[in-house]
Amino acid sequence: MKDLKPAILMFVVFTVICGGIYPALVTGVAYALFPTQAKGSFITDRSGRAVGSALIGQPFSDPKYFWPRPSATTAFAYNPMGSGGSNAGPTNPDYLKTVGDRVQLLRDTGVTGPVPADLVQASASGLDPHISPEAALIQVPRVAKARGMSEEAVRTIVAQVTEGRQLGFLGEPRVNTLELNLKLDALR
Amino acid sequence: MNAYEWAETIVFFTVLLALVKPFGSYMARVYQGERTVLSPLLVPCESLLYRLCGVNRDEEMGWKRYAVGLILFNLLTGVVLFAMLLLQGVLPLNPQKMPAFSWSLSLNTAISFMTNTNWQNYAGESAASYFTQMCGFAVHNFTSAATGMVVAIALIRGFVRRRTSHLGNFWVDLTRSTLYILLPLSLVFAVFLVSQGVIQNFSAYKTVPLVQSVTYDKPKLDDSGNAIKDAKGNPVTESVTANEVTIPMGPVASQEAIKELGTNGGGFFNANSSHPYENPTPLSNMVEIFLILLISGSLTYTFGLMAGNPRQGWALLAVMLAILVFTMAVLYRAEATGNPLVAKLGVHGINMEGKETRFGLAGSALFAVATTGTSCGAVNTMHDSLTPLGGLMPLSLILLSEVVFGGVGTGLYTMLAFVVIAVFIAGLMIGRTPEFLGKKIEVREMWMSILAVLTAGILILVFSGIAMVVPSAVSSMANPGAHGLSEVLYAFASMSNNNGSAFAGLSGNTLFYNVTGAICMFLGRFAPILASLAMAGSLAEKKYVPPSLGTLPTDKVPFALWLTLVILIVGALTFFPALSMGPIVEQLQMVGQ
Repeated sequence: MKDLKPAILMFVVFTVICGGIYPALVTGVAYALFPTQAKGSFITDRSGRAVGSALIGQPFSDPKYFWPRPSATTAFAYNPMGSGGSNAGPTNPDYLKTVGDRVQLLRDTGVTGPVPADLVQASASGLDPHISPEAALIQVPRVAKARGMSEEAVRTIVAQVTEGRQLGFLGEPRVNTLELNLKLDALR
Repeated sequence: MNAYEWAETIVFFTVLLALVKPFGSYMARVYQGERTVLSPLLVPCESLLYRLCGVNRDEEMGWKRYAVGLILFNLLTGVVLFAMLLLQGVLPLNPQKMPAFSWSLSLNTAISFMTNTNWQNYAGESAASYFTQMCGFAVHNFTSAATGMVVAIALIRGFVRRRTSHLGNFWVDLTRSTLYILLPLSLVFAVFLVSQGVIQNFSAYKTVPLVQSVTYDKPKLDDSGNAIKDAKGNPVTESVTANEVTIPMGPVASQEAIKELGTNGGGFFNANSSHPYENPTPLSNMVEIFLILLISGSLTYTFGLMAGNPRQGWALLAVMLAILVFTMAVLYRAEATGNPLVAKLGVHGINMEGKETRFGLAGSALFAVATTGTSCGAVNTMHDSLTPLGGLMPLSLILLSEVVFGGVGTGLYTMLAFVVIAVFIAGLMIGRTPEFLGKKIEVREMWMSILAVLTAGILILVFSGIAMVVPSAVSSMANPGAHGLSEVLYAFASMSNNNGSAFAGLSGNTLFYNVTGAICMFLGRFAPILASLAMAGSLAEKKYVPPSLGTLPTDKVPFALWLTLVILIVGALTFFPALSMGPIVEQLQMVGQ
């Protein structure tokens, strides 16, 4: 049992180093180099008030807004306090009915042809702010009509918000629904 | 795959493989006590630490003392975390006033982090304080990773050293793993992750307005916080409108880096590495996958170098890489084909349920196989919502005892157990004395290897079987039919192999799963560790037998193929019946409908 003393002391020392000094050091360096990101990538309005985070999606269901992906967060969609996916299995009848209802909702707004999967299948985090460019484009007629804008004008704004692949080859092109909707609201 | 995804995958593996040799050599120098680039800075810290803790760095330990030190240290960390969770309500750094964990959840969580499993029956953002995350979970992420690494190093020494009982000094190996390998890399990559958008702060959770308010049904609670039910037993709800939401904050990046690097996998948030604050961009995603594979991949080279035959290390890495690439290809294909039942509804495209838009399918598929081939268990995709064939890949990788890169250290020592078994069987078949690296493989080594490889399998099958006849365990399933069995099988596979990922629909925070899971995680961790150390002890005592014409070469292609077959056959023999009732039958149902 002569190893009991080092066991206790090592644990204390590592708790101080790995649990105290290390996160404090990372925080210090992060605040110095990347303060905006370290604090949550918040979008602020003209008065400096945070109106949301560029990384965290928000629920939109009004026809004048671009709809984000379905969300399975607890309590309500896009609740940042309850992140998570649906965990629905691919053959679960309840799940298939839910997807069918979402497709129908889009059909009711005039969408024809194949529906992009990301618009009717829930994201992993439930907070995914992005949709694919295809999922944005099929919503353009609805949004344009609800806002009394030309489809061309709306499509231009979608194009402005669309991000390409990172470094030219990583990930997928995507549209941030929160930024897109804020931009549309700012037009008025 | 499209051209971009090919580029993404090829660049990823090129960078990873290019670093195996330099980083593997670095780790060999660290464990052999040689000078490294960080020595000028770290040698004084290291010496001070030994003085503080009363460690004599030159003292060598036999396998029993090495094991006692390891078990003592780990039990101590586990007990302290258990207490920390029970006392969370009164401990500092808790701006959200999170209450204490229940005893069974504390037990499950403490053992989970102590064993490098990071199975989580709680949701981080709504249950764990900053103090718990930092001084509890993050510390265990370091110590449990270092524990796995030192066992691998002790086993390597067992193969390399001759006619001695000395396997090194546990405290020195533990300290060096942490100071020279885990901490510097975590520091650099944590800051890099912040640059991509991972948060790092100690602020209270932040409230922001919603652009469009949301109305939802909220269960009504009575005065003591229980849901009120109507005459039929359904919860009574009221309609509530939310105009603002609360966004959780915290020291995420520092935890994220070590979570991937130490193949721990416990997410700061419930959604783990799919959460935009844990994994905000395609680049952060690739970096996280890189961190998951870096140490385990490079340890194969460390092994080859220390054993005096780098080719032997490359042979092991080739086996790992082959299985990883194969499973990634199957998973990619299955998800790209999509869910035919969803396609019938007029939906076009890959299976996007439980996936994030930004990563793309290649980034999701690679993450899923990397996290389950190793003992990481972080997820950027919800494995429960993969197609059955797609979900079979992560499940199989876990069931193959996580040797496809494997956990830090655990992957290597488990792979070496498979090597011993493969050498032994080959020896029997061709009538040669089984030997590996000049050491005769005898009864004791076989027993220990079998123990290391089969413990998890026995735990998985026994406990999944028990779960099927316990009504409360069955009612935890989220999906009906074959998929429910997959959820339970995955849960016990994940816990027994110390992975920590889940078919997360399963409601795990019940007395049954908390306690049985704790047993699986504990035995699944320490039985193979003790077996590996015992094997190291007996190997180190043996004399060296120089290779002769009768020696089976173990660093060439035929042996690598043979080793792959042995791994697959052991896995298939153990689990085929269970798998055929879960994912395999579900795939047939899905395609046949």
